[in-house]
Amino acid sequence: MFKRSDQDNRLSVQIFVDGAAVAARQGDTVSAALLASGRDVRRATAVSGAPRLPYCMMGVCFDCLVTIDGVGNRQGCLVPVADGMQIEIQKGKREIGK
Amino acid sequence: MHRDYDVAIVGGGLLGSAIAWGLGRLGKTVAVLDEGDIAKRASRANFALVWVQSKGLGMPAYTVWTVRASESWARLAAELKEQTGLDVSHQRNGGFHLTLGEAEFEQRGQLVTRMHNQVGAADYRMEMLSASEVRKMLPLIGPQVSGGSFCPLDGHVNSLRTYRAFHAGFRQFGIDYFPERPVSAIARDGGEFRLSTPKGEIRAGKIVLAAGNANQTLAPQVGLAAPMGPTRGQIVVTERTMPFLPHPLTTIRQTDEGTVMIGDSKEDELDDRTLKHSISAVMADRAQRMFPHLARLNVVRSWAGIRVMPRDGFPIYDQSETHPGAFVACCHSGVTLASNHAFDVARMVAAGALEPELVGAFSARRFAGDSAVVNNQY
Amino acid sequence: MTTTPKRDSYDVVVIGAGPAGLAASATTAQAGLSTLLLDENAGPGGQVWRAIASTPVTAPEQLGADYWAGADLVKEAQASGAEIIQRATVWSLDRRLEIAVSSGGASAFVTARRVILATGALERPFPIPGWTLPGVMTAGAAQTMLKSSGLVPDGRTVIAGQGPLLWLLAAQILRLGGRIDCILDTTERGNYFAALPYALDFVTSPYFAKGLAMMREVKAKARVVTGVSELVASGEGQLASVTYAARGHRETIPADLLLLHQGVVPNVNLAMAAGVEHHWDDRQLCWSPLTDADGNTSVVGIAIAGDGAGIGGAAVAVLRGRIAARAAVESLAPAAIAKLDAENVVRTALAQAERGRSFLDVLFRPAPQFRIPSGNTIVCRCEEVTAQDVLDSVAIGATGPNQLKAYRRTGMGPCQGRLCGLTVTELMAQARGKCPQEIGYYRLRAPVKPITLAELAAGPKTEDDVKAVVRG
Repeated sequence: MFKRSDQDNRLSVQIFVDGAAVAARQGDTVSAALLASGRDVRRATAVSGAPRLPYCMMGVCFDCLVTIDGVGNRQGCLVPVADGMQIEIQKGKREIGK
Repeated sequence: MHRDYDVAIVGGGLLGSAIAWGLGRLGKTVAVLDEGDIAKRASRANFALVWVQSKGLGMPAYTVWTVRASESWARLAAELKEQTGLDVSHQRNGGFHLTLGEAEFEQRGQLVTRMHNQVGAADYRMEMLSASEVRKMLPLIGPQVSGGSFCPLDGHVNSLRTYRAFHAGFRQFGIDYFPERPVSAIARDGGEFRLSTPKGEIRAGKIVLAAGNANQTLAPQVGLAAPMGPTRGQIVVTERTMPFLPHPLTTIRQTDEGTVMIGDSKEDELDDRTLKHSISAVMADRAQRMFPHLARLNVVRSWAGIRVMPRDGFPIYDQSETHPGAFVACCHSGVTLASNHAFDVARMVAAGALEPELVGAFSARRFAGDSAVVNNQY
Repeated sequence: MTTTPKRDSYDVVVIGAGPAGLAASATTAQAGLSTLLLDENAGPGGQVWRAIASTPVTAPEQLGADYWAGADLVKEAQASGAEIIQRATVWSLDRRLEIAVSSGGASAFVTARRVILATGALERPFPIPGWTLPGVMTAGAAQTMLKSSGLVPDGRTVIAGQGPLLWLLAAQILRLGGRIDCILDTTERGNYFAALPYALDFVTSPYFAKGLAMMREVKAKARVVTGVSELVASGEGQLASVTYAARGHRETIPADLLLLHQGVVPNVNLAMAAGVEHHWDDRQLCWSPLTDADGNTSVVGIAIAGDGAGIGGAAVAVLRGRIAARAAVESLAPAAIAKLDAENVVRTALAQAERGRSFLDVLFRPAPQFRIPSGNTIVCRCEEVTAQDVLDSVAIGATGPNQLKAYRRTGMGPCQGRLCGLTVTELMAQARGKCPQEIGYYRLRAPVKPITLAELAAGPKTEDDVKAVVRG
């Protein structure tokens, strides 16, 4: 869906998406890195399980909800990536303790 | 708008709607006059409990009335489902009032004892449970929970869906619902009532004043009194989470949608638009001490509502002697008592007479010449 | 990087570090007022100058001069003495000018003598069938990805909608080597005639030449279809195609990415929750705060500057920010007024920058079928409520959005109506034969963005608060 501009010379950052290593860049938000990864990163809504991807990328639509380092329902479009970050795609309602 | 109705109900909240629905069910022609989109509407601001425990200290008849509602609620839910297709998620498997620390546990125990000792009260099997007994039923409670009171008759419901179901049911019964028609004057003329609204007049053989706290100003127009003592309550609501709370508490419940409602406060403030975050902080803190895993859930909304609250906390049902055919009905527990309102009160209004065995204790005559403000449970 | 405000109270708190907020905070700080600037994003710039301090797209002609004009203002704000905290989300503001802000996982509470809200705008909802499918995003989203991360579409990409930002995005994507299969222009033909009375103002405004050049640049490289009157996004669990109708013909275009845009509207949530009165603006088809010439609102001490006060664009936002700041200085430290630009200079510049706005508003007035959906089209994305659900609620007597909320949960999700509120107001207005002003809007309250229960619990509490809660 998206490719990186070849003038992007920002530092590489490694994040993990459902356990798989994904290359990102310093300054990416989690959502941008997910969309650039080429993986299927669709979440499933808490209401009906409908598949969603980020819509607004500016923190108002809440379709970018994702679990980051064990904490669920974070707005991925507002969180910058960090090396070693663990991201889990959410399916449905927030789990107890996550 | 000049059609004559058998009954006009002033107030389209849960109480007015339940009575209207019940009258429609009996084949009466009914008009419901309601406010507009912006109104205090306790029906949109309640905790959705169908609750028995701790009700009626100081008025044993209320315990009987409450248990009756608790027993007939399932029938109301079934009829609403049958009629409208809407499942209001009524659940009745018992509820808790949990305590944090020993002092609270002691205090709650004393209340349970006082209620057990009330003569004439219904048997509703409220008992104190220790922390370990509570934990068997609510595995996720935190270490600060010292126990609490449990009543097997307690339950909850999706009150907003119930509200919607009543209004959907109006259409089936041919009940006319008139929003944006607050009643400014009530006159009685030639055996019928004339209600003045900004959009014209409504005439009916009988009227029921079901306008919540506003009953205090309306009731005197039909020779009745409805002294009210509203308070504000705040609620905090979280995002949806996987089911973890199989029984409702007085202060925490998980809805059928998965959201968690946390309450509640009692404040003299009567502005429902502003919030005190310090009060939300207390509620949030207690909630996470009761269920530690709630700490990381996101709060997505908080709101305040003005309780409909008769001055002593107990319902008011009255019929007018000076204006025969006029009734007054208001209470705090519009959710719990919805079944009684739909089945019993509707029947009484249709017949033209309140039944003393069921509701005689709730006449506002009990306030006459008396300045006591008794209730402190809410 | 500091995450907690250094003080409990400030002369001025500015919320939002876009053009208006940067200008306002720089101005009040330069005048010697203690100033706190709070912004939700990782860096300053708001939406229009997003990632200006960190973008990998540094060749100036790619993002354009209007973008890079922001760099100077960012430097000015950073040098002004204003305390700036990024990644700080304000979740409450009330009439007493008490602000709750979440930063670094904890909430802080500060008070201000003046608050300047500069929370800007967000994309107007574009509720077409299939708009919730994965692969459908806003033009703003694509622009954010481009500016912040140098990411451009490379699959089968369709852009649909209207308005200057749509052409700007298309130009930027193409400059960076991204792929655009088709641009579906939904501008209504009749609007060209309706906009004629304002054409002179527009032609003599800064926007005209820039806009024309950009459209030419894009049309030379991408296929454009005009007069689009219907749009549907289709796919099973993921966008697969876009179907449109235009001037009597219909076509289905295979697509992986659909970027929608039909203008921006004020982000009203914080202002409304603070009690600021708004009215329905029928020219811009949105709720706008009632403000005076200085941006002061119905709540004493709260001013709004920038697109949050009514859409005007970046240049206008900067000037409104300066004006609101000036009013704060006049009220709190009148002796410092001499340090600021003369008022008539700023107001003249504002009038110049506002030229052409009416033309744009009329020309790019979104068509009703794209604002008011029907049937199974989702209206409330958070709670998955359809247009038919809304109409059913009107049929059983809901007169406005708040009763609708009780019946169907629209507006109860985390977005608090940001993506459904306008649609709900207009849909109910149409169904009831009323104007939007009569229908009203959701009653909004804090928290205007979610915070954790733990964070809420950690807030200050008194004995009285405990007594109000712990009963029986």
